[in-house]
Amino acid sequence: MDSPVDLFLKWPLVRQILGRKDGTGLESMSDKTRALHARIDDAKVARSICPYCGVGCGQLIYHKNGKLVSIEGDPESPISQGNLCPKGAASFQLLTHSRRELKVKYRAPRAKSWSEISLDRAMSMVADRIWESRKRTFIHEQDGVVLNRTKAIAHLGGATLDNEENYLIKKLFAGGLGMVCISNQARI
Amino acid sequence: MPGLGTSFGRGGATTAQQDLANADCILIEGSSMAEAHPVGFRWVMKAKEKGATIIHVDPRFSRTSALADIWVPIRAGTDIAFLGGLVRHVLTEEKFFREYVVHYTNASCILREDFRDTEDNGDAYFSGWNEAERFYDPKTWAYEGEDNLSFPRRDLSLQHPRCVFQKLKRHFSRYTPQMVAKVCGIPPELFLQVADHLTSCSGPEKTAAICYAVGWTQHSKGVQIIRTAAILQLLLGNIGRPGGGILALRGHASIQGSTDIPTLYDILPGYLNMPSASKDEHSLGDHLKKNTKPTGLWANYPKYYISLLKAYYGARATKENDYGYDWMPKITGDHSFFEFLYDMLDGKMEGMLVMGQNPAVGAQNARLERKALARLQWLVVRDLVEVETASFWYDSPEIERGELKTEEIETEVFLFPVAGHAEKEGSFTQTQRLVQWREKAVDPPGESRSESWFMHQLAKRLIAKAHASNDPLDEPLRALDWWYPEDEHGEPKMEAVLAEINGWKISSEPAPNESIFRYGVEAQLDGFNDLKDDGSTACGCWIYSGIFPSDGKNKALARESRDYLGHGWGFAWPADRRIIYNRASAAPDGSPWSERKKLVWWDAPNESWTGYDVPDFQKDKPPNYQPNGHREGLAAQPGDAPFILHEDGLAWLHVPKGLQDGPMPTHFEALESPMHNALYPRDTNPVVDWFTRATNRFAPPNDPRFPYILTTYRLTEHHTAGGMSRFLPHLAELQPEMFVELSRELATELGIKNGDDVCVVNLRAAIGARALVSRRLRPLHFDGRIIHQVAMPFHWGSAGPLRGDVANDLMAISGEPNVTIMETKALVCNIVPGKLPRGPAYLPFLNKYASQAGPENLHPEQPAPGAPEGGKHQSGHGQHGTSE
Amino acid sequence: MIGEGIQSTNQRRHSFVEDRVEVGFFTDPTVCIGCKACEVACKEWNDVPDDGYTWTGNSYDNTGHLGASTWRHVLFVEQDQQKGKQVVGTHSLGKDGDDDPFRWIFLSDVCKHCENAGCLEACPTGSIVRTEVGSVLVQNDVCNGCGYCVVSCPFGVIDRRPEPLPDAGGAFKCTFCYDRQKSGLTPACAKVCPTESIVFGRLDDVRALARKRVETLRASGYDDAQIYDPTETSVGGIHALFLLLGEAEAYGLPPKPEIPTIYLKSSWSAAAVAALGAVLAVGAAFAFFA
Repeated sequence: MDSPVDLFLKWPLVRQILGRKDGTGLESMSDKTRALHARIDDAKVARSICPYCGVGCGQLIYHKNGKLVSIEGDPESPISQGNLCPKGAASFQLLTHSRRELKVKYRAPRAKSWSEISLDRAMSMVADRIWESRKRTFIHEQDGVVLNRTKAIAHLGGATLDNEENYLIKKLFAGGLGMVCISNQARI
Repeated sequence: MPGLGTSFGRGGATTAQQDLANADCILIEGSSMAEAHPVGFRWVMKAKEKGATIIHVDPRFSRTSALADIWVPIRAGTDIAFLGGLVRHVLTEEKFFREYVVHYTNASCILREDFRDTEDNGDAYFSGWNEAERFYDPKTWAYEGEDNLSFPRRDLSLQHPRCVFQKLKRHFSRYTPQMVAKVCGIPPELFLQVADHLTSCSGPEKTAAICYAVGWTQHSKGVQIIRTAAILQLLLGNIGRPGGGILALRGHASIQGSTDIPTLYDILPGYLNMPSASKDEHSLGDHLKKNTKPTGLWANYPKYYISLLKAYYGARATKENDYGYDWMPKITGDHSFFEFLYDMLDGKMEGMLVMGQNPAVGAQNARLERKALARLQWLVVRDLVEVETASFWYDSPEIERGELKTEEIETEVFLFPVAGHAEKEGSFTQTQRLVQWREKAVDPPGESRSESWFMHQLAKRLIAKAHASNDPLDEPLRALDWWYPEDEHGEPKMEAVLAEINGWKISSEPAPNESIFRYGVEAQLDGFNDLKDDGSTACGCWIYSGIFPSDGKNKALARESRDYLGHGWGFAWPADRRIIYNRASAAPDGSPWSERKKLVWWDAPNESWTGYDVPDFQKDKPPNYQPNGHREGLAAQPGDAPFILHEDGLAWLHVPKGLQDGPMPTHFEALESPMHNALYPRDTNPVVDWFTRATNRFAPPNDPRFPYILTTYRLTEHHTAGGMSRFLPHLAELQPEMFVELSRELATELGIKNGDDVCVVNLRAAIGARALVSRRLRPLHFDGRIIHQVAMPFHWGSAGPLRGDVANDLMAISGEPNVTIMETKALVCNIVPGKLPRGPAYLPFLNKYASQAGPENLHPEQPAPGAPEGGKHQSGHGQHGTSE
Repeated sequence: MIGEGIQSTNQRRHSFVEDRVEVGFFTDPTVCIGCKACEVACKEWNDVPDDGYTWTGNSYDNTGHLGASTWRHVLFVEQDQQKGKQVVGTHSLGKDGDDDPFRWIFLSDVCKHCENAGCLEACPTGSIVRTEVGSVLVQNDVCNGCGYCVVSCPFGVIDRRPEPLPDAGGAFKCTFCYDRQKSGLTPACAKVCPTESIVFGRLDDVRALARKRVETLRASGYDDAQIYDPTETSVGGIHALFLLLGEAEAYGLPPKPEIPTIYLKSSWSAAAVAALGAVLAVGAAFAFFA
């Protein structure tokens, strides 16, 4: 701990005057300023891709101790060469802003508000709903034609998801459950 | 997009964004690239710096127009007329690239004698039209002679009266500059400037590129708009060459990926078709017979299909049980989003899972969508934030207006928080078919999980239920090969899924369970050429094969770009080809068209194709190769046929098979338009699906209640329905409020000042917005008649820190015949000065300006409710791929 | 230059701080697409709060002007005149009608980091300093929020941050990403810029680039292209050069910026001595009570 006198002598103004400088130079820098460096200096980096539009800009995701530190453009990307648009530039905030949901929310029929349930319970409830709806609505055969499907459960979404996730969705929902109402933002 | 698919063979963008830097001219139309794809636009600016001319054709002077050399204002929805005018200009002025057109396109192919063009018929129809059922039988569109398209009779002089070239010339003969002026509102002088730039920048020494986005796709004839652009680029010889091509700009990180590996109803990974319940598809054998083409790459359809079934059902898929073909659900028509939305409204849908999409804001006729959500028994929403789709039951305009009551809504809602892009690993496929892997940086916070975790944990629960049941209908679940190793959080290893997508050789001994390679790394396939139709290979998506091959290296994660096309960085399907159809970058004899535009050429001493890209051609097939009796597969195609997905190896100026609404494009007005069709005696695309309902009405042509054309666009600062942008302070502050842009002239006419509150009204809804008055919109002149256009973004809703009305409330549901896409880029509206009445006062206001009475089919060309609609006939367009 | 990838001065690592090299920005509106990535990247890196959600109705610009919470600001300028030889609709066809000329220009404004900086000279606490690379830096751990700098800036750049924002009361402006520069990184705004409208580099280099760019543009029909680099006035030159089409006033830039403190400069030492007296008294008091 600095003594008050030390603190006083470190005061930039005093240093400037004692150093007979014009008050604009490096001698006026505070300890904090002198110690400044980029916070990504000692961070780990994951190589990633921007989640917004279809350009596919390269991103470098800097993280330290399991926490995100910064997200920047990847200069080595042959497409984006280190650049991002405002959305890509905001993708650190996308993952860290205060309105992000972090818990499962559940709304019972006719309820006027959300209630909290555990992730595990929610998963089991969703599995039950799918199972029951499928059982109720599955059509094996119609007019002598094998259909093996249900039209009463729908899936929507995919263009913001990963290829591997979409692969699992189609495999389970179509190949396993016989759902045909599967759609996303894209149109072929 | 079948527009690209039927023209060239694949539905993906033909080129790479960075290759735009090599263009001598770039036409951007149906896209505001600088705004919606800013970083891609850097390559347009690079081209400009190098001297290229940048042309932007758009109803609105946007940030793209601001940087272009030429801005051409156009009446929204008239792109076919404009592009058709260019096609006619190229043909009549003899500006086409003759050698390219003669050898690489089907210009020389002779059509059947019974084919009738719109010009032959003198109306708006081609031969094969069935008025009662509202669909085309495309039989007469084919080539003369044998039924298949593999060996067409050709006239290389292009003189035969029934050759495609002559038919095309005749078809577009009415698209004169005067007609362009009359339809598009573009003066002939301006039109000719564009034509001169494009034609002078095409040929052996030069190339021009075209960029488009949803400004072309989201129309009732979107596919045919893109078809017209494809015809233009083929005539100019700009496909498969550096600085040329058609760049489809996709709006989401993995739009291309979500059709390659689809979450769509009618296709399976790699553009294989879903089994259908139609009579000729009762067995796997029938399905393969129907979908396999004798010549070209699609001759391998059975290899791709059986390998996919092996990936789905593993050891349970055997030759004896048709590899599990029966377990797959069968489709019986259109099961796309709009169809099932109506099922939801009618209470036929029990449950829905929504992942990373926000239909309460993003779906067309969003009022209907929100009401439909209230009819579900259960709803699962997975998103980063509480989007409107999750909160509709207590916070929506319908609740505010008393149309829905919270305490009466039975829907059970689950909102799951999800992992963001840095919190999980996996791959996106971006706009130029490039698959790029993301490493995981940190764990997702709280209870948020990835979609793969959700699907995996759900699958485990459901498969366990199936094993506990002995219901034969649960057999597909029991048979499903759900083998994925997990990490310590119960998350399946994503590289294991990628390994399955790549495909492997099946041996008797699976590798130890924790390995990401089911049969060991050496069993991984090196490409789709290794696939077999005897059940000895499995492959989750044949076009991605080679992405995770037997060297054990995840090519999607490759990060060492070696050249401007980015080889060494990611993996571009197919087979890492960056500019597809690149055989066309060389002359028929295999030499480059010019030194300046060389890309891939025949290296005679080494008897191999070589160059700056991976050849999109059999590497050792010489340019002078002739099939000489070979009747199957690629061997049946000659050495100068660059479009190997098509049976004949040629690009299709005239599409003999695969489109619902005609082999050549014809201009039709938007479903809602203030004008009649000046080109044909019919206003609208006859095959379109109107989704006729009282709550989804269309205004008749020239309806005086709705005199203005309305078009929509994306702002740079926001993303689609806003879930990934409106909630972020750094983006929210940039565009905090819904607005509508209108011209000074219209504002004066209506007594509106900049910043005033106004209502935008049409038959579906009324919404409030701030008026942004600017010179960026211009009244268009048509023979003395003035038509005003207004434009608005669509990113707001009731959730989050910003509140704004939903532009999509105004959009009608409609289905383009080939892909069931809606028309959001050209419709009509009225502008009423003042604030929109909220709450119960809303419906009377809407009724005052847009009476909700009268028949459901107000438009004279709209079929009566219950009558056959267009777009319901399966096209088999699956083989022609992507997208938005 | 677009296409240089990791060799671009906006991307490559440098040692300008260590080498004490004067750096600069050159901002070119003829390639700016008005995307505001610079504004966002600046805020993300420097943890600058949002500036409020107010729709202005002024073109597409809703952040308005530079201030304590907007350190890069993209101006949207709409003018009824032609840009270079750009064809906008039908006006250039020599026909009658209402399609007279129009242009829409985007310019990313930023602190000029003046050679003679009004803010720095007015600062009574020594909070504002000049760094090794010639940039002007506010040290917020020192700033007492007196606001003298605010009135002394000839460009109206620096401002105090209002309540209830974090660090309210203190004066803020562009730091030239001094922390990044010390680590050899380029400023966030230049790094992110999709069309390289913002170029970061050695001051001499960006000045030369600016001259060359003006020549190129003039030769291709941009008759009103000029460089904004006021070296002849009391600010004595700046570290953030701009290319302008037309007059400076249209961009809110003073054609001849002067620093209000210029006449006081000679008496700085006197002022300092006077201040020292007060300071010593305060310091003594602290020492006494400690």
